[in-house]
Amino acid sequence: MAPNDTAKATATWNGASADDFEVDAPSPGAVMRRRARRHLGLIIGGTVVLIAVICALFAPLIAPFDPYDQELTRKLINPIWGKGGTWTHPFGTDALGRDLLSRVIYGTQISLTIGVLAATLAGVIGSTLGMIGGYFGGRVDAVIMYLINCKLALPPLLVALSVVSVFGGSIPVLILVMAALFWDRYAVVTRAATQQIRSNDFVTAAEAVGCSKTRIILREVLPNILNQIIVIASLEMALAILVEAVLSFFGLGVQPPTPSWGLLVNEGRQYMFFKPYLITIPGLAIFFLVLSINMMGDGIRDITAPEGRN
Amino acid sequence: MEGNTPKNTSDHVLDVRNLNVRIKVPAGTLHAVTDVDFHVDRGETLCIVGESGCGKSITSLAVMGLLPRSATMTADKLTLEGRDLLSVTDRQFADLRGDRIGMIFQDPMTSLNPVYTIGNQMEEVYIRHGKGGRKEARERAIYLLEKVGITAAASRLGQYPHQLSGGLRQRVMIAMTLMCDPALVIADEPTTALDVTIQAQILNLLKELQDEFHMGLIFITHDLGVVARIADRVAVMYAGLVVETGNAEQVFSAPMHPYTQGLLECIPIPGKTVRGSQLGSIPGIVPALIGEQEGCLFRNRCSYAREACTDGEIDLETGGDQHGYRCVLTPEETVNHIKKAPNAAVAE
Amino acid sequence: MGYFLLRRLAISLLVAITVSVIGFSLLRLSGNLAESLAGEDASPAQIAETAKAYGLDRPFHIQYFDWVTKALQGDLGQSLFTKEPVIELITDRIGTTIQVACYSLLLSLIIALPLGVLAAMKQNTWIDRSALSIAVFGQAIPNFWFALILIWVFGVLLRWTPISGTDTWRHFILPTITLSTFAMPQFMRLTRTGMLDVLESDYIRTARAKGLSPAVVLWKHGLRNAILPVVSLAAVAFGFLLGGSFIVESIFALNGIGYLALESIQRQDFPVVQSIVVFISVVYIGLTLLSDLINAQLDPRIRLH
Repeated sequence: MAPNDTAKATATWNGASADDFEVDAPSPGAVMRRRARRHLGLIIGGTVVLIAVICALFAPLIAPFDPYDQELTRKLINPIWGKGGTWTHPFGTDALGRDLLSRVIYGTQISLTIGVLAATLAGVIGSTLGMIGGYFGGRVDAVIMYLINCKLALPPLLVALSVVSVFGGSIPVLILVMAALFWDRYAVVTRAATQQIRSNDFVTAAEAVGCSKTRIILREVLPNILNQIIVIASLEMALAILVEAVLSFFGLGVQPPTPSWGLLVNEGRQYMFFKPYLITIPGLAIFFLVLSINMMGDGIRDITAPEGRN
Repeated sequence: MEGNTPKNTSDHVLDVRNLNVRIKVPAGTLHAVTDVDFHVDRGETLCIVGESGCGKSITSLAVMGLLPRSATMTADKLTLEGRDLLSVTDRQFADLRGDRIGMIFQDPMTSLNPVYTIGNQMEEVYIRHGKGGRKEARERAIYLLEKVGITAAASRLGQYPHQLSGGLRQRVMIAMTLMCDPALVIADEPTTALDVTIQAQILNLLKELQDEFHMGLIFITHDLGVVARIADRVAVMYAGLVVETGNAEQVFSAPMHPYTQGLLECIPIPGKTVRGSQLGSIPGIVPALIGEQEGCLFRNRCSYAREACTDGEIDLETGGDQHGYRCVLTPEETVNHIKKAPNAAVAE
Repeated sequence: MGYFLLRRLAISLLVAITVSVIGFSLLRLSGNLAESLAGEDASPAQIAETAKAYGLDRPFHIQYFDWVTKALQGDLGQSLFTKEPVIELITDRIGTTIQVACYSLLLSLIIALPLGVLAAMKQNTWIDRSALSIAVFGQAIPNFWFALILIWVFGVLLRWTPISGTDTWRHFILPTITLSTFAMPQFMRLTRTGMLDVLESDYIRTARAKGLSPAVVLWKHGLRNAILPVVSLAAVAFGFLLGGSFIVESIFALNGIGYLALESIQRQDFPVVQSIVVFISVVYIGLTLLSDLINAQLDPRIRLH
């Protein structure tokens, strides 16, 4: 008669007891769409990320100038809101006369490439380890927990700086280093989620009919934790973009004259007291992109959460 | 603690008239509890029976003043030992909770705070309500732990909840509820989370304690077997409404509402139900209670449903003998139907 | 408790050994260490001689054990650049780094704990939303850039605070604020979610059913449970503050080990880098161990397992 009264009592207590009473509930997809339309953070974050992606893909079409073109006669022109600003260079020009707007637009390519690839690669590493640990348990799990603990003990930024200083700050090196350093959160979350799913009947059923373990992990476990992985991926992507900016700012990441945003801040630093836009603009670009990705990630988490809890 | 009977025995310990609870949810307003009337006397057990989501837990939380913030409650009358609970401040209500009215929850595994000792949590309520100092609280706690059948009570006080089994924890919860000798105890499915053998022990214990402390007991459950064991009176709830109420004898031997009949058909009776025969089940599902409801809410699951069931409000019919039910069928019609379903008419 | 402690210690030790191997390998990543040691114009013969002198011709594991043995005796080798003993370089500067890290941790907690509790209690109100917005903004701000902006606004435009050095407590204001933006949002979110979980728990309902006052329900029955994960995070965050301190130290010219590490990385001074990396790791391991012990004190379920 009442198989799940605990859940009901909790739900009732939470004051959001509609689920128990509402039996003709809409499908999960419809619920998600309805929640998504009302989620302001998701809409704003998603829009900004979309703009950034468009900028990255169509940079040559959108950017008014070549980001590498130096024109010393036009150096340090103020942005449009400053004294002597022109619409030719809405964000002004840098010390070498390069158009800052164009450099910021091209910068999205670097940030997004590194962010997406590092987060994906780290996700593959971390989720694999996490699912294996969570699924097999016992000694396998102990080994994976130990790996996670070792990884957590290392100071990630310093290790990244050291490795990059040895291998040089090329984009592939940065991606690999960050993938190697940011897999732990995936592992922790997927491990816990897998442990939970493993005890479910459908996994037991799959085991009983003799499905291979790889197949169970890929076909039964992975689809059920994909939402959570996507949420972490967005957070890790934001983190990778920030770390790339840090490394480049300290001259150990992407090398000049590539228009990485971190590098732009670094280049503008010596002029910051009389030409502050040189650091505020690229800094705000980092801030808004990271903010939007995080808002998008939080939004995805909210709309896919089972109870719609925020 | 000898049973201290109230000054005026004709007064109910708890009297609830026309209780309504509405809860705001994203989809609209949930009519969780509608027009509920009941009362409990000293030494009496009222069982509120119903399926998940029928409003029985919300009703008890309303009586305790523990409704979530999204809920609003209205009632014509809500008195505890003659005191009007509708007009008390939050502070005054809190003074009554744990003192005059106590509650035992469903899951003993999570209802005790894991980071404090049993003793701490028991003594706390005694001291809070100004019954005495730490020393008296401790003595009272030991006395009650012994009462609920816990051995080595003094040494249990220093233990943490996770060191006790579920059954023991529920005994601790019961003892804790009795710390201030309340006039009314609400037990919300207190045995559901426990093993069957432990369930019986806890039920017997509650009965014994009731005899000794003479408190009113509201017992909330979905299990009619439990109801038959302990109820003096029964209120059957469905979709936020009390659909049938009466003393245990009346409800079990002559159920007047098709829903109650359906519930009774769902339980097997040892010696009567033939092995392998079909147990009853109620087809269909509980309607969503979002927005205003019309007519009988059971009609979509009721095999006797007719035109008259669809509109208006079905009143609680009472035949003057405290046996009430919300159904358009006349008693004669109902009796005829029951004859066709022999398994339904059963009294313990 | 004894078993718990022993097991926890064993894991910590194992992790510490692994991390020291990784840290030691960092030194070898730089290619031929003997080459850097011998100097830029050294002949192959000179390089071979240097390798021999430093014991670099021996197998990796022998070199590692040699390094660990010495490290345990307080000898971390010497800087390739300044030729000073690494241990002295670190001990001279660690004070500054720990100072900044402690201030930041303290500031983060002072802001985050009450804000998190308040946000949880006033869930879905404007207080909750602003608290969450602050957290989201804080997490998205690039620290190095925020430091520059603080210097520009408070140091240059307003002239309220000094912008570099460690002479007075006022020198620590901007670095502390900068580093706090990293830790504060995490503490805030964790306190909030922890508190939300706790407030919805059955034992809080029990506490309210006992008629306890809202303050007792919140502070006695709520916070102690909600704070358990925050204690763990504090240890992790402190480790991260040490590791990330190079950002503020280099920008605000604080002479701590973070700045030292950054300089050493930039000039390929790997004996210093590996020592700092391993040092911070070991501090982190010690702190997480400590936080587990504190949690065991706060939560009997761990202690009496």
